[in-house]
Amino acid sequence: MSDVVEKTLTALPSLLSLDSQPGSAKLSSTSKLGNLIRGITELTSKHEEEKLIQRELSSIKEQVSSPNTTMRQMKELMVRTIYCEMLGYEASFSYIHAIKLAQQGTVLEKRVGYLAVSLFLNESHELLLLLVNTVLKDLQSTNLIEVCMALTVVSQMFPKDMIPAILPLVEEKLNHPKEIIRRKAVLALYKFYLIAPNQVQHIHNKFRKALCDKDPGVMTASLHIYLQLIQENPEGYKDLTASFVTILKQVVGGKLPMDFNYHSVPAPWLQIQLLRILSLLGKNDQSTSEIMHEVLDESLRRAEMNHNITYAILYECVKCIYTIHPKSDLLEKAAKCIGNFVLSPKINLKYLGLKALTYVVQQDPKLALQHQMTIIECLDHPDLIIKRETLELLFRITNAQNVTVIVEKMLEFLRISGDDHTTIDLVGKVAELAEKYAPDNEWFIETMNTVFSVGGDMMQPDIPNSFLKLLSEGFDSVEEDRKLRLFAVNSYISLLQGTPGKLPQRFLQVISWVLGEYSHLREDLEAAVVLRLLARLLDMKNCSSETKSWVLTAMTKLCEGGSGVSVAQQVSETYSSSLDTVLRQRAQELQYLSQDSELRARVLPRGAGLEPVEVDSSLSFLDGFVSEALAAGAAPYKPPHQRQEELAGTKALSLEPYGLSLPISMSSCSITDRQSPTLLSMSSGLSGDSTDLSHKGGSATLKLDGVKRVWGREGYLSQKEPVEEPAQVEVPSPLRSPSQQGEADSSHSQTPTPTPTPESDQEKQQLASSLFVGLGSQSSVCLMGKSEPTAQRFRRKAKGHSTASSPSEQISNSVVSPHSAVDNLLCNNLLDSNITSELALSSPELTSQPSPGLTTTNGTCDTEAELPDSDIKESEPAVIRDNSVVATDPAPHEAPDRPKDLCLTSHLPAELSGLSHSEISHLCTNQSLELSACHVQKEDSLLLVVFITNSSDSAAQQILVQVDSEELEVSCVCDSPVEEVSSHSVTVCQYSLTVKRPAVHIEVVGMVSYQLANGTSQSAQFSYKLPLTSFIRPLTVSTEEYGTMWLAFSHDTKQNLTLISDSQEPLTATLNVLKRKLQLHVVEIIGMEGIVACRVLQDQPCLMHCRVHAGTLAVWLRSPIPDLPDCLIYHCQRALQGH
Amino acid sequence: MIRFLLLFSRQGKLRLQKWFTPLSDREKKKVIRDMTTLVLPRPPRSSNFLQWRDLKIVYKRYASLYFCVGLEEQDNELLALEVLHRYVELLDKYFGNVCELDIIFNFEKAYFILDEFLLGGEVLETSKFAVGATMEEADTLQETMEEYMSKRAY
Repeated sequence: MSDVVEKTLTALPSLLSLDSQPGSAKLSSTSKLGNLIRGITELTSKHEEEKLIQRELSSIKEQVSSPNTTMRQMKELMVRTIYCEMLGYEASFSYIHAIKLAQQGTVLEKRVGYLAVSLFLNESHELLLLLVNTVLKDLQSTNLIEVCMALTVVSQMFPKDMIPAILPLVEEKLNHPKEIIRRKAVLALYKFYLIAPNQVQHIHNKFRKALCDKDPGVMTASLHIYLQLIQENPEGYKDLTASFVTILKQVVGGKLPMDFNYHSVPAPWLQIQLLRILSLLGKNDQSTSEIMHEVLDESLRRAEMNHNITYAILYECVKCIYTIHPKSDLLEKAAKCIGNFVLSPKINLKYLGLKALTYVVQQDPKLALQHQMTIIECLDHPDLIIKRETLELLFRITNAQNVTVIVEKMLEFLRISGDDHTTIDLVGKVAELAEKYAPDNEWFIETMNTVFSVGGDMMQPDIPNSFLKLLSEGFDSVEEDRKLRLFAVNSYISLLQGTPGKLPQRFLQVISWVLGEYSHLREDLEAAVVLRLLARLLDMKNCSSETKSWVLTAMTKLCEGGSGVSVAQQVSETYSSSLDTVLRQRAQELQYLSQDSELRARVLPRGAGLEPVEVDSSLSFLDGFVSEALAAGAAPYKPPHQRQEELAGTKALSLEPYGLSLPISMSSCSITDRQSPTLLSMSSGLSGDSTDLSHKGGSATLKLDGVKRVWGREGYLSQKEPVEEPAQVEVPSPLRSPSQQGEADSSHSQTPTPTPTPESDQEKQQLASSLFVGLGSQSSVCLMGKSEPTAQRFRRKAKGHSTASSPSEQISNSVVSPHSAVDNLLCNNLLDSNITSELALSSPELTSQPSPGLTTTNGTCDTEAELPDSDIKESEPAVIRDNSVVATDPAPHEAPDRPKDLCLTSHLPAELSGLSHSEISHLCTNQSLELSACHVQKEDSLLLVVFITNSSDSAAQQILVQVDSEELEVSCVCDSPVEEVSSHSVTVCQYSLTVKRPAVHIEVVGMVSYQLANGTSQSAQFSYKLPLTSFIRPLTVSTEEYGTMWLAFSHDTKQNLTLISDSQEPLTATLNVLKRKLQLHVVEIIGMEGIVACRVLQDQPCLMHCRVHAGTLAVWLRSPIPDLPDCLIYHCQRALQGH
Repeated sequence: MIRFLLLFSRQGKLRLQKWFTPLSDREKKKVIRDMTTLVLPRPPRSSNFLQWRDLKIVYKRYASLYFCVGLEEQDNELLALEVLHRYVELLDKYFGNVCELDIIFNFEKAYFILDEFLLGGEVLETSKFAVGATMEEADTLQETMEEYMSKRAY
């Protein structure tokens, strides 16, 4: 048959030439489809149309199921059905017939059948399985057209599980003599690679063959695969750089056949694909970048024609030049190119120019300065997308001096934009800027008020979360804290006195928390007044029960004094019979606590937001109750996922419990020892199980789907300011006249609202000067990427201050292990901070010269964020506010310790000296005996090494060192315990540690007792703290093993983590950070999902499943050990924050 | 990668839809509705780009027909505009001075051309000549088959 077809094909061109237009539109005036279409156009109402279509569909239905219908008629029917479906009417009865048509029809009918299938069904449709056989048959057909159709349909949609069945056949097609078949086969494999990368792993070398194919079309197709592969692993394909460069050179040089030209530009799609690949390969790689400099120059030069397609190429070229290792003359040309874009009168080009500018502005802020007037114009452009892109650009260049103007512009845009996605995105950005650069309290609170009112209930839960955290943790000055909180209280009181009914729920929640916590700061305000205001909120009919419980909690904190108690009693009476159990509980609490002020003071101490609340996340206090219930015949508890797995067999539920709603995420955060403003004592009683909580949260956050996470937990990001920043010197930009400069400088104390009109250049100039202030000076510093040159107002207090007094760490003589050397080796960020503290130590005079107008960013940022593994008792408490610089004192005991470290290191046992060990820290001193310790990471164990230094003249005898820990199994490594330490010598004891019960930080307590030469016995206690991360080792398992283990483990936790989004491949980048910092083993990455495994010494496995979801990393951890997932997620958070 | 391509008339009537990622019917309907409401009221001389959720929308009007694609963040908008243009050129070459009616009455042909041009959301064939040739091959076949079949019928 196919031979016949081939012959006809060759014979027919002559026949065809008779017909001047081969496919000329036959308007099928007599066809049934034609009738249907005409019928529809004649109708006047939607209702009539519906009736007509329904009639049509029922007649089609009758015909398709009739056995007498030929395939030819079926084809015609199918076309009509497709048309009806396109109009939005469902015709699911025809799906099976479409498959039948693809199966049984002749070539043309088959084609319509395949088309119908691809339009009706999607990858997950169950009927698709019936197509597999047809595809198999067609792939083996000798008819090229059938093979082509089969390849087209598999690359459009194919059930993932069935790929192995057809893979060998598709692979075979890579060697097909016809280039169209090869090309389609390559694209089919690309599609397979996207949906199931592991299936096509073995044919990577065949891709190389496709890349070298003599047909440019096949080569182009293979580039899709390479772009994907290189995105995932640029290192693996560096050797191909030269080939890609050669190809691009040939393309640019016009060496391809003419028919690849598009408007006389040679193969633009191919060029752009190559440019993207090159930019991935050249990123952060000087030698690779150098190979491509020449061809990039050539591309820039050649693409000079005035046509969209050349601009598209130029745009990619510019992006590539700014991504790879920089070369100055190329950068210059690229900058010129961007200039042409931005200045173009064509709006599309202007948009692209702004986009390019946004992309490069972090590396080259001067460019923004050059185009400031254009940017100002774009800010008022009638086209929203131009405005939006301009704001994006401004967001990147915000600093402390222009923040008020830029935020003002963003809020202006927010008020006119009705798009949810934009609102969520922008609100997040405003909140981030406000927190980073707020010039004063008033501005900050007011901006946040706008954020909360505009962002409403759509915004990221992190925003209120982080705001409350900031309020509760406070800054370095108590007075400043008080002022900020007081201002917030005042502002909220006046809001509540107005019409609170319009405020979004989230905002009301924030308000009630703040009032509950801080309204006592305002002395003239009676608690009863606040209580009444809060009670009014409860009566509003649009007040959600979640908000109500926030309000009730706030009231519980405030109910004191006669009239207050009566309000509280009244409210609690109303709600103690509420149907909502949570509200009922809150009401009960309110009732009891308002009556018993002593109990209230104990449960809710004022300012408790600062204290981390210890939570027994394993709920061990319920063990007794549980065992009793079990004994009484109750069914054992099954975690939700297990229940769902059992359910899944019957119902196809969407099992996406990721994401946390606001109060829940707070409580689950605080399980990991983060200081959260929510009252944990309350929320832990909310439900029995933390996984249950997180599951509940999932449904609440669904509406945030598709939202790009722009700043995750950026409260922290803002803290990791680069430290070695040179002092910033103001260089007035040439555009600014002195008077304008004055205004610009004062712009951070007030909120100027310049409303530039296109007519007035003067005003535009002013706006420009206030927008671009500080950029000129920044440019010298900023080449290294995003850096915040100015000191930040809301600099979070280093956590060490508060944790020192926390109940969980009542250690009299504890020395927390400073960040270990191992961690420093593992992670560059840590290294940085280490340098920092040394810098601050060695050159205090450098930081202690306050000079007006100089903004020195000092090295002591929030160490907690950067050193996930260490607490920071030893870091110098630097007090830096705004533009003032306060000298930092090195911690007094630090300096004398240093030399000792060195000499103690030499006492490390020889077999350990090759291994990485933590810094040696001082444990305790008692008379003449001094104890120090460090931990050493071995592959299969962790050793605690205790150094006993005797600095007296007499020997200490009968030394007994006892080391114990609640969380650890401790065993002494030495055979014979130390008995004696002679004078002026050091003895070493080693203990091997394994984890018994995981905790975020693990504490070892110990006691040393000994006898002095004169017979008096002495003893001293010490404690040593080390992070769980020291115990983590990679767990090498295969995907299959992982699968079986996953099902076997019962304890789990889920959380969304920040995704490192600055790279091309966020998932891989994020997992690599985790791998590097926490020594996790990445088992496999499949598309947007990745699986990771690790074990905690000894052999306590923990598995992690990550999925990129709505811009965050949804992780699900499972382990057989109860607390392990919780602890690990904490360290993952830390690791990613520090990044 | 292109996520979807829609053709709709000035009245908002859908003429062609192609989805390159699996979506449920409800989502599809939502996208179609949003696209028509976003694109149709755009004033002339505004840009051809829009932001919709996390996608970039690129659209262009040819006579009474709007061509509209949804792109991912990293895609190049101008290039997408040229993809649309190339598709129109291909339609034009096939139908000869294409108009909306050609696409309405022969929408399956428009789909076939699209399938030869875009595959899985990526440009498959950039050579105008090659797409035309493939279509021709199939069409010749159609002619001969139709002749053949009609003869047999008698």
